Amino acid sequence: MNNIFVYCEVEEGVISEVSLELLTKGRSLANQLGCQLEAVVVGSGLKGVEKQVIPFGVDVVHVADDARLEPYTTLPHAAILNKLFAEEKPQIALMGATPIGRDLGPRVSSALHSGLTADCTSLEIGDHEDKKAGMVYKDLLYQIRPAFGGNIIATIINPDCRPQMATVREGVMKKEKINANYPGVVKILEVANYVTNLDFAVQIIERHTEKKKINIKGASIVVSGGYGVGSKENFKLLYDLAAVLGAEVGASRAAVDAGYAEHDRQIGQTGITVRPKLYIACGISGQVQHRAGMEESAQIISINSDPEAPINSIADYVITGDISEVIPKMIKYYKLNTK
Amino acid sequence: MKGLKIIVLAKQVPDTRNVGKDAMKADGTVNRAALPAIFNPEDLNALELALRVKDSVPGTTITILTMGPGRAAEIIREGLYRGADSGVLLTDRAFAGSDTLATSYALAQAIREMGHFDLIVAGRQAIDGDTAQVGPQVAEKLNLPQVTYVEEVLSVEKSSIVMRRRLDNGVETVKSPLPMLLTVNGSAPDCRSRNVKMLMKYKHARTITEKQEATEDYTHLYDTRPFLYIREMTVGDIKADADQLGLTGSPTKVKKIDNVVLQAKDAKKLTTADEGINELMKELIESHVIG
Repeated sequence: MNNIFVYCEVEEGVISEVSLELLTKGRSLANQLGCQLEAVVVGSGLKGVEKQVIPFGVDVVHVADDARLEPYTTLPHAAILNKLFAEEKPQIALMGATPIGRDLGPRVSSALHSGLTADCTSLEIGDHEDKKAGMVYKDLLYQIRPAFGGNIIATIINPDCRPQMATVREGVMKKEKINANYPGVVKILEVANYVTNLDFAVQIIERHTEKKKINIKGASIVVSGGYGVGSKENFKLLYDLAAVLGAEVGASRAAVDAGYAEHDRQIGQTGITVRPKLYIACGISGQVQHRAGMEESAQIISINSDPEAPINSIADYVITGDISEVIPKMIKYYKLNTK
Repeated sequence: MKGLKIIVLAKQVPDTRNVGKDAMKADGTVNRAALPAIFNPEDLNALELALRVKDSVPGTTITILTMGPGRAAEIIREGLYRGADSGVLLTDRAFAGSDTLATSYALAQAIREMGHFDLIVAGRQAIDGDTAQVGPQVAEKLNLPQVTYVEEVLSVEKSSIVMRRRLDNGVETVKSPLPMLLTVNGSAPDCRSRNVKMLMKYKHARTITEKQEATEDYTHLYDTRPFLYIREMTVGDIKADADQLGLTGSPTKVKKIDNVVLQAKDAKKLTTADEGINELMKELIESHVIG
């Protein structure tokens, strides 16, 4: 009772990266709170799936295995979590801020009347005093996220309702196995006790997925452009530099919104989080949501015509000037010096 | 086939995409007055999707439902200019401080009062919060099936709808019974622009509060043109449980707000001059960061 639960996404028997990252975070929160960590896996063909999660320090794995549960649809997964959470009364429930987690989380939080915070960039344990009510709350989950266009960082709490729910994007938390032989147990859920036929009202007629072509997360160098790049045509300069350096091209949300780059390239709180060896920020002002996705880069170069651009304050090199002038020179001197 | 009754959920939001230097006050709070209020972008995608259903199924009507302060009636008029048929403004001080759950509760209660509907269409998320929670929470409160991240409605039949939704790594075609709620992704078609005839027809559309506060008197118009009434609902109209509204009804509380303060690093400063860039590239190659 009152443990930490992580909803683990699974596709064709493989647990997603973001879920394993959340298990790692969940383990450290559970240690701090002195409670257990439990995982929930809902899908099809899940025999042996516990082997993927228990080494992350999971005490109990709840498995709901039924052909109708994969691919994901909202209602049956929500029905399982609603009932399981009502029975087990977790104090904290975490899920990935993915298309699945962001579809499922609000549905479950509404059914259980519990608070949910989306896209957290940090989770901590702390106390809270409500002076007006004369109440002190111990060991709440601090759900920390940028808000309001990134001008503020908000710490959100759920004093009275349980579970305290949060979603987190892939790449934000670190993934770390703690013990290959961790003594976790498996509990098989009797699916028929959790879902009814009505839960299968929405049918998937056709599904077309492909492996992601763009691998920004794994790139050791990222050349990234913002609104300041000015146009889709100017973005070509970034591709030129990336091609020479063996880098991937990323973009800020403003650049994606303006149509300069595809959505798959968006870096930041609502996009991808990267930690490359070198991050070259071109015409990016550096709002906090963007920085949330790149500030752990080992080295940062900022190229910006505005010497006061906020991103300059976290950069190791600041080049003040127009990218159309600077990038060709970077390419030129890279080539000259590597000959 | 009979026309559908569609409700579009829309929100007026501060334009956080264009935050200028004056967006923060000296005391560190957000200066809302410095931010223009706009029709939430993905709610416009939602309106367009509803308008396309209306184009293909004659007799369909679209009602825009928004919750917000009095001035949020602006986005209802904007929707009417683009082809919606009517609007409802849900406004009351009792809603102040609502988180997504209390907002969803109030919207769901208003929808129950609005009578029969076949389809609820909402934008995926609003740019001031980026939570994407209100759509699914409204669906849950009304016990409706939900489909999120929709890009296009492929077909509508008497009691079902088929649509395409966007996944991280592909697309999915799904079929849902009606009534249901869907949320529309920003990759869906942009909203059509205002229609001049509709602009002329609805430019004097007002809520009751706006009429009472107005300096111009169009009373004669309102008597003969009932479509100029924008319905206003307050807490008394929606049979709500007061404990589930506003700050009281919100499980999440803001513990604190920190301003973003940047600790300046000691950066090397360069210009567009060749020398500096040459040195930089040499340095990066020598330290094996690149090359």
